[in-house]
Amino acid sequence: MIDWISKRTRARAGLGFALGAILLFAVAPVALTDFRLSLLAKYLCIAMVAVGIGLAWGRGGMLTLGQGVFFGLGGYAMAMHLKLADAGEGNMPDFMELYGQLDELPGWWKPFANPFFALAATMLLPMLVAFLLGSLVFRRRVRGAYFAILSQALAAALVIFLIGQQGTTGGTNGLTDIKGFFGYDLADPVNKRMVYFIVAAVLLVLLALARQLMQSRYGELLVAVRDSEERVRFLGYNPANVKLVAYVVAAGMAGLAGALFVPAVGIISPALIGIVPSIEFVIGVAVGGRAALLGPVLGAVAVAWARTALSEKFPGTWTYLQGLLFVVVVAFLPGGLASLVGMVRRRTRPAAPAEPTAPAQPPATVLEGASA
Amino acid sequence: MTLVLSQFFTGISIGAVLLLIALGLSLTFGQMNVINMAHGEFIMAGAYTTYVLQQVISDAGVSLLIALPIAFAVAGLMGVALEWLLIRRLYTRPLDTLLVTWGVSLILQQVARDIFGTPNVQTRAPDLLTGNVKLFTSADGVELTIANNRLFILLLVVLAIGALTMALRFTSLGRRIRAVVQNRDLAAVSGIPTGRVDRLTFFIGSGLAGIAGVALTLLGPIGPTMGTNIIIDAFLVVVVGGIGQLKGSVIVAFTLGVLQSSVEYLTTLSVAKVIVFVAIVAFLQWRPQGMFTLRTRSLA
Repeated sequence: MIDWISKRTRARAGLGFALGAILLFAVAPVALTDFRLSLLAKYLCIAMVAVGIGLAWGRGGMLTLGQGVFFGLGGYAMAMHLKLADAGEGNMPDFMELYGQLDELPGWWKPFANPFFALAATMLLPMLVAFLLGSLVFRRRVRGAYFAILSQALAAALVIFLIGQQGTTGGTNGLTDIKGFFGYDLADPVNKRMVYFIVAAVLLVLLALARQLMQSRYGELLVAVRDSEERVRFLGYNPANVKLVAYVVAAGMAGLAGALFVPAVGIISPALIGIVPSIEFVIGVAVGGRAALLGPVLGAVAVAWARTALSEKFPGTWTYLQGLLFVVVVAFLPGGLASLVGMVRRRTRPAAPAEPTAPAQPPATVLEGASA
Repeated sequence: MTLVLSQFFTGISIGAVLLLIALGLSLTFGQMNVINMAHGEFIMAGAYTTYVLQQVISDAGVSLLIALPIAFAVAGLMGVALEWLLIRRLYTRPLDTLLVTWGVSLILQQVARDIFGTPNVQTRAPDLLTGNVKLFTSADGVELTIANNRLFILLLVVLAIGALTMALRFTSLGRRIRAVVQNRDLAAVSGIPTGRVDRLTFFIGSGLAGIAGVALTLLGPIGPTMGTNIIIDAFLVVVVGGIGQLKGSVIVAFTLGVLQSSVEYLTTLSVAKVIVFVAIVAFLQWRPQGMFTLRTRSLA
């Protein structure tokens, strides 16, 4: 019975995966103009963050309101390298001479001139920060709302820090005007397409990775920790480690997303990684469905698209809509749009065997320990 | 010495504002386990109330005094509405309330933008509050002064804490609130109407945010996003102080204020923020449930 179901879901997942790949690699590049395609690349970067949030929050119950931090670390690591490469050997990035009045490159910029170091840093740096915060916080059983607030405070602190260090980080403007991508000129539409294909490929890889994780024993354990941390502890596992893995993986995904966002959009700045964008990452996930695999991705792309489509023409209306969307989805449809599929299916085919779909119920987050 | 003292006073006055915001948060967080992200917008509502009153009443002092109770009522009623419409449906899902109230806060910010415009507005401070009080002159001739408006805020905070403590300790509503905080189910079977108590708690907690909004008009401009930045610091105060624990909030707010201002003096604002954050995470290693906690038999 179990075997039969898993075979069927596996086949269906493979089909979905193939369909997604065809859409991303064959349909979109033909159907969309260069401008639209590079917008899509931007949305797909946001979707990568969403995959990580789906893992950490949807599966692990850790509401992280600070994914912007990891997105930003990855983005800044990449942008620093590209700025240095643009400036050429031995020169300083343009903005530094402008506001920094520095005579030479600050020491902590220097390693980023090496492409391999910079590429590794885009993932390892966020993962390291997530590891440090996560291991300190989860081991002391700080969780639920406490964790959400701390992750949010980290985002606030990073933004204020980046703005304060204007001379070396570009301050409020961030790192802008990125021209090249490892030797390719980003002004050339062909190279922009190449960036799009890289982004799409990475997203598919991350989805496959997330699926493997969710299907594995570890995935079961993560859900178990979300639903009853105490019980998992009594069974002899250390919930802190389980949560840490998901949090660090999510941070790495966000870092990679930030790194690819830079060549796709050409800028990284504090305004893109602060509290508000960090929560906006979560909105897409909530709308799409936090516990499913594809829900976060589709939700993130849909919300980002709606934002572009509406916010330029009607900025006020979009804000109302965004707020309302959040209220309605979280309060009344906690499983997101992904849970609608299950609801419809249950209604139309009442006799169908129960499938191991993602739980429509939100994680009953444990806060009792904190104050009750 | 004078320098140390002056940083100390700056820190105290940062802490006073934080505390005013954190008091309301702590109350509602402790009571219902919900995190109200729209609390920042209740602050904003209090601030705009002051602004509107000043347009009507030209005397800045009178309008400020009238603004205090009115802002309390306005923000309080907004809180009750929020509790009644959304939060009471959600309070078994605390993380979701956080997200829902953030959606509400987005909407409220846009409402403010549509009514008052995007640019910040300013109120006039009453003459009485514009000066400084000279505390003493040190041996090397450096004067130590405190701005009157900061003193006024400190006084406001002391009054608010006093009133809240008295209310919680000596009134029947206070007893009910404490009972619900300690054990909601037991309070309910003892015949306490927990739903009504929740609503009243929300009224008081949100009202305090309104008062904080009035206080903030004395320190800076009023704008649609004024609540967002300050509320994170206030949340940290509540987390570190221990949820639902007023004395924890009081100690932590002033400590964080002084820490922030002294680190800022030694380094820069941006480094200070990072150091304060690291200090908070370090503190939670020592006391993960905050400074003061209710003793319970629950695990972890």
